[in-house]
Amino acid sequence: MSLRIARRKTIPALHAWGIRAAALIIALIIGGLIIIALGHNPLRVYLEMINSAFGGRIGFNQKVRIFIPLLGAALAVGLAFKMRFWNIGAEGQILVGGIAASYFALFHPNMPRPVLLITMGLAAAIAGGLWGLIPAFFRARWGTNETLFTLMLNYVALGIISYLQSGPWRSAGTLHPIIDMFPAAARLPQVFGIHIGWIMVLVFTVLVYLYISRSKQGYQLTVVGESENTARYAGMNVGHIIMRTMILSGAIAGLAGFWQVSGADFTLNETTAGGVGFTAIIVAWLSRLNPIVMVPVALFIALLERGAVRIQTIFMIPATIAAVLIGIILFAMLACEFFVQYRVVRNVKVPADASFEEEGAA
Amino acid sequence: MDTFINFFNAAVLAGAPLLFGTMGEILTEKSGNLNLGVEGMMFMGALSGLVSVFLLEMGLAIDLAPWLAVCVAIAFSFIAGALGALIYSVLVVTLRTQQNVTGLALTMFGIGVGNFLGEFFGRRSPVGFLTVSARAREGFRQLRIPLLSEIPIIGEMFFNYNVLVYLGILIAIVLAIFFKFTRVGLNLRAVGENPAAADAASIPVARYKYLATCIGGGICGIGGMYIIMVTTSGIWVHNAVQGFGWISVALVIFATWSPARAVFGSLLFGALTVTRFYLPLGIPMQIYDTLPYIATILVLIFTSIRPIKEHAAPAGLGLNYFREDR
Repeated sequence: MSLRIARRKTIPALHAWGIRAAALIIALIIGGLIIIALGHNPLRVYLEMINSAFGGRIGFNQKVRIFIPLLGAALAVGLAFKMRFWNIGAEGQILVGGIAASYFALFHPNMPRPVLLITMGLAAAIAGGLWGLIPAFFRARWGTNETLFTLMLNYVALGIISYLQSGPWRSAGTLHPIIDMFPAAARLPQVFGIHIGWIMVLVFTVLVYLYISRSKQGYQLTVVGESENTARYAGMNVGHIIMRTMILSGAIAGLAGFWQVSGADFTLNETTAGGVGFTAIIVAWLSRLNPIVMVPVALFIALLERGAVRIQTIFMIPATIAAVLIGIILFAMLACEFFVQYRVVRNVKVPADASFEEEGAA
Repeated sequence: MDTFINFFNAAVLAGAPLLFGTMGEILTEKSGNLNLGVEGMMFMGALSGLVSVFLLEMGLAIDLAPWLAVCVAIAFSFIAGALGALIYSVLVVTLRTQQNVTGLALTMFGIGVGNFLGEFFGRRSPVGFLTVSARAREGFRQLRIPLLSEIPIIGEMFFNYNVLVYLGILIAIVLAIFFKFTRVGLNLRAVGENPAAADAASIPVARYKYLATCIGGGICGIGGMYIIMVTTSGIWVHNAVQGFGWISVALVIFATWSPARAVFGSLLFGALTVTRFYLPLGIPMQIYDTLPYIATILVLIFTSIRPIKEHAAPAGLGLNYFREDR
């Protein structure tokens, strides 16, 4: 007996989600085995992680602190991924957004508060958008590899921040390379105890969803993602669409940087982005690039990261285990799509032409 | 002249991990797999190379002999890198996942595993951080090759490095011969260029992809171990690899998939990472540090503006091969 792979013609939605749920559980079991190998009880560790998500205001606030930029960055990269443009530079776009917002917070703090905050937000969006436009321009014009280009720009943005904080923007009162805390006027107001970024990011989720699924531009970028040749044949200006989409993508990531510096950190440093730009790639992909689905997925990932900090204090397991768990979950989710799209069947002897027909139809 | 020799030596030492990463990725990409997980596999190799020596020394309560430490570190870093590549291969070759995303996932997983276990074992180390004995570290010191290193200038420039540098050069030579002059090497290139044609010529496509990707991953793993054993002198440093894997992926494009040019490219980029110690340009140190990344961007731009037909990527690069879609 041998096994053969056949493409599924259709699959009931429930069945598909069942496969994905099973993959998640398998990933958690593998994670559990690692926890056992470290000499801990996986059930207790997992329960403690869940517990930390609901336990008290501080835990909740900390989780939201990761959630807001994470969802923002996921929206940004999701927009680019939809176009099959591998923007893995959200980290850098967040940072330049943070730099632009910080400039106004540090050097023009005397504007009225609403004006200052709006200026900061606009500056962050423009800076992020321009940072995203650079690789998009070269990709549109000469087909330059955008994956590596966007990634390299992350290191450049990081270099600019470490230059600023050790040189021109260094806090006057200290020899340490740190930047001053923002004045009160440059800090985002809070709604229900969490900075207002959470409302903005949810609004943007809806906007991005509508943009992709309802607008002409969203349709265009989807076509470019499916096939650049088709888009060109249909008379679309592909280069123009790539650059436009990446300005938007970078601008949203830049805004996430603004929320982070103005809502959570109240200053700028090298950990402003803190890996969010990369985790966002996972969120976007796990959500199958659907902005609405990104909300629960980003919450789940934020819970995992926050929970990992919690188990570090309780069980002395390094918090970096979150990255390992997220990696395993992503591997499992990637693998399970195979079982959504294909089924493994036993090879029964059939006349050669009959099997050919079945494959031809698939 | 002395400054130049010092600069050259420093460039070689800094470029060696890039050479491993680039060679590993060239081998991988020749099979048509674009594995963006180099950074992750380097982290896994770095951790595994260090931890294997660390655990042996802890378990046996001895200081490992230098040559033994080198062998153990090479073997285990290779295995770890290859295991990372195996995950990638299973997902991409067998389960047909999207190559970019799978590579990114491997990178994130590898960074996570490296940093997590590095911290984990560091806490169990008697000195409070993950390191190995001075005796074991001896093996990664520079090694003066008898007679040859005595030659003035040439000896200083070429025969005065740690054993891993020579291993890197050796791998480059072996791969160059392998791609050009062996049947298996030609078959592998056929798989990368046109898997359907290779399949029709009864070359086992999947097996070639698996083996090339896993061995390539192993070589990347050794590159990661180099960073820990040589660059940070045998001490685990959080986020030690920091971008070297990514530069390696870009260097593959710069080297146009040729091992010989990979040696040159690694040396050049190695030089860029140490230039600021030898050539003060009056620009701030932090901006100077971004030079290798900016240079990488320039390389990407120029190679895309002036593509050379003979030096193009394998035609099947990044695409999964489904036999039934033929």
